Amino acid sequence: MHFELTDEQKILQKMIREFAEEEVAPGAIERDRTKTFPKEIFKKLGELGILGLPFPEKYGGGGADTISFAIVVEELSRACGSTGITYSAHVSLGGAPLNLFGTEEQKQKYLIPICTGEALGAFGLTEPGAGSDAGGTETEAREDGDEWVINGSKCFITNASYAKVVPITAVTGKKDGKKEITAIIVPTDSPGFSIDEPYDKMGLNASNTTQLFFEDVRVPKENILGKRGEGFKQFLITLDGGRIGIGAMAVGIAQAAYEKALAYAKERKQFGSPLSKFQVIQFKLADMAMKIELARMMVYKAAWLKDQGKKFTKEAAMCKLYASEVCMEICRDAIQIHGGNGYMQEYEVERYMRDAKLLEIGEGTSEVQRMVISREIGC
Amino acid sequence: MNIYVLMKRTFDTEEKIVIENGRVSDDGVNFIINPYDEFAIEEAIKLKDAHGGEVTVVTVGSEDAEKELRTALAMGCDKAVLISTEDVEDTDQWSTAEILAAYFKDKSFDIILGGNVSNDNGTGQIGPRLAEKLGIPHVSTIVKLEINGNQATIERDAEGDTEIIEASLPLLVTAQQGLNEPRYPSLPGIMKAKKKPLEVLELDDLDLDEDDVEAKTETVEVFLPPKKQAGRILEGDADSQAKELVRLLKSEAKVI
Ligand SMILES: Cc1cc2nc3c(=O)[nH]c(=O)nc-3n(C[C@H](O)[C@H](O)[C@H](O)COP(=O)(O)OP(=O)(O)OC[C@H]3O[C@@H](n4cnc5c(N)ncnc54)[C@H](O)[C@@H]3O)c2cc1C
Repeated sequence: MHFELTDEQKILQKMIREFAEEEVAPGAIERDRTKTFPKEIFKKLGELGILGLPFPEKYGGGGADTISFAIVVEELSRACGSTGITYSAHVSLGGAPLNLFGTEEQKQKYLIPICTGEALGAFGLTEPGAGSDAGGTETEAREDGDEWVINGSKCFITNASYAKVVPITAVTGKKDGKKEITAIIVPTDSPGFSIDEPYDKMGLNASNTTQLFFEDVRVPKENILGKRGEGFKQFLITLDGGRIGIGAMAVGIAQAAYEKALAYAKERKQFGSPLSKFQVIQFKLADMAMKIELARMMVYKAAWLKDQGKKFTKEAAMCKLYASEVCMEICRDAIQIHGGNGYMQEYEVERYMRDAKLLEIGEGTSEVQRMVISREIGC
Repeated sequence: MNIYVLMKRTFDTEEKIVIENGRVSDDGVNFIINPYDEFAIEEAIKLKDAHGGEVTVVTVGSEDAEKELRTALAMGCDKAVLISTEDVEDTDQWSTAEILAAYFKDKSFDIILGGNVSNDNGTGQIGPRLAEKLGIPHVSTIVKLEINGNQATIERDAEGDTEIIEASLPLLVTAQQGLNEPRYPSLPGIMKAKKKPLEVLELDDLDLDEDDVEAKTETVEVFLPPKKQAGRILEGDADSQAKELVRLLKSEAKVI
């Protein structure tokens, strides 16, 4: 066993850290304030081959591993949470299901533009009536000749405004009294398909989150992703991978908050000494450093298991749950250490906390992660 | 075009220098490509893009430099050479230049690019020494390079002014900040880098003995610069301030 990144991973980490510091961090406050999507950044990430990172080279991907994916998500999120979630969702929710379950033709048609950055990836699972209970999907797809006719809606969908296609889950029938759920690839320019104005959110303001509506949307039969009736199984697998992304995002935001707090504590003087000389503050910072280290290790472990082709459901849930919860604690403490300045946008830690809160909700709430872990340990 | 780049692995510019047992400690230190060498690498890749040919990046040092060589390959260099000096007790600028000269002895090259100084020792000797040994012209601290056939037109930073110099190939140049904006290695570049050739040479392979390249200089003492004292602001009108300054330089600082 050893804890070293490979040379490629180290080179990638250095490259993406520099990119994030030079290209992503500078506009983060402004993009948050004006709710501006980081379009230019994604164009550059596309040119650097980062957008297709884990996908096979023959589809324009980078052929890199999940640890590399986690590294990139962490570094982007350290600079800007909105950029982090956009990237994480693009790869792990948008690209991954196409790569895992798509036919050769679907990959040629839909995965290649995702890898080159021509389009962003998105995935539509959540509905107004089906959140944690994602199997409660009510969106319907009815067969009509050699087409599917889709009716229903999806909510809280990341990246859809920038996607060419959105794979969604829909009920395609009933089997043994249970809903048969199938994933279907829906081109965003289909008649009857519409995307609402982005939500006004608490944080991640520069990321794109929208509601999708389907009114008699017709797509060809071959747009089914994988096999009919496998939609439920597929999204469980997709979310396992996505949770590594959320875990990595949490590590990145926590790292940023910690670095800001440490620097501030060393500089700010009260009662004649820097804050970092007060033990109460020191212990907060020590706890932050420890929690980040542990969270990152868990993210890497889950990613490593995935790369080894081993089962990683439990570890993915653990890394997502642990990292997102410590990230919230760290952001809260980072604001505390900044005092009044921490409450001001200029100091960034308040944005980190607003961004971080999503991590305890998206891709399965903390409660859902505990349910997954409980199931995995045999409760 | 046959292009070579000299590259050194150095401390990250953000590292704090710690002295332990009379040496600068490299415990837990982050290493990087010397920033000036990064300009040289970028310029070499641009030359290749414009004129065709091949870029070989060469380093002299420890085998840990493989990571920095791979980074150069990821940026777009074609081949890498690591000349290991792990068996030599002490090397200095003379040793490095001697080793490089032995390496280049039987190579054909159109241009060799290096950084103008390294950010650790900062002596700026390697480029000029090597050019001298190879008997080719060299231009240091360049900020612009254009090559037309056998002729190079170069802009050189001369302490803030610019000199325009013409030189003929083969040529050695060293890069100054401002020459270009080094690219980020792309992901496909990083993935391809591990498949590109990286040759590790021992002194033996260059027909050199350890004794041939032992340092000519001896390090007597290593110390950190003294902590900067708080400054003093002189008061009064310009005339009396000047008088006071002269008095202090004479009587307190004792420098005039
Ligand atoms: C910014 C953002 C981006 C998103 N992006 C996407 C996307 O790209 N694609 C997508 O499909 N979805 C996306 N989502 C949706 C997200 O995955 C859901 O919001 C999440 O799964 C929770 O579902 P819900 O909001 O319906 O909450 P609910 O399921 O209604 O949960 C409400 C509360 O009840 C708790 N709860 C629910 N069931 C139980 C139970 N059995 N036991 C104990 N507690 C329970 C939950 O933990 C939570 O605390 C996004 C959400 C946000 C906010």
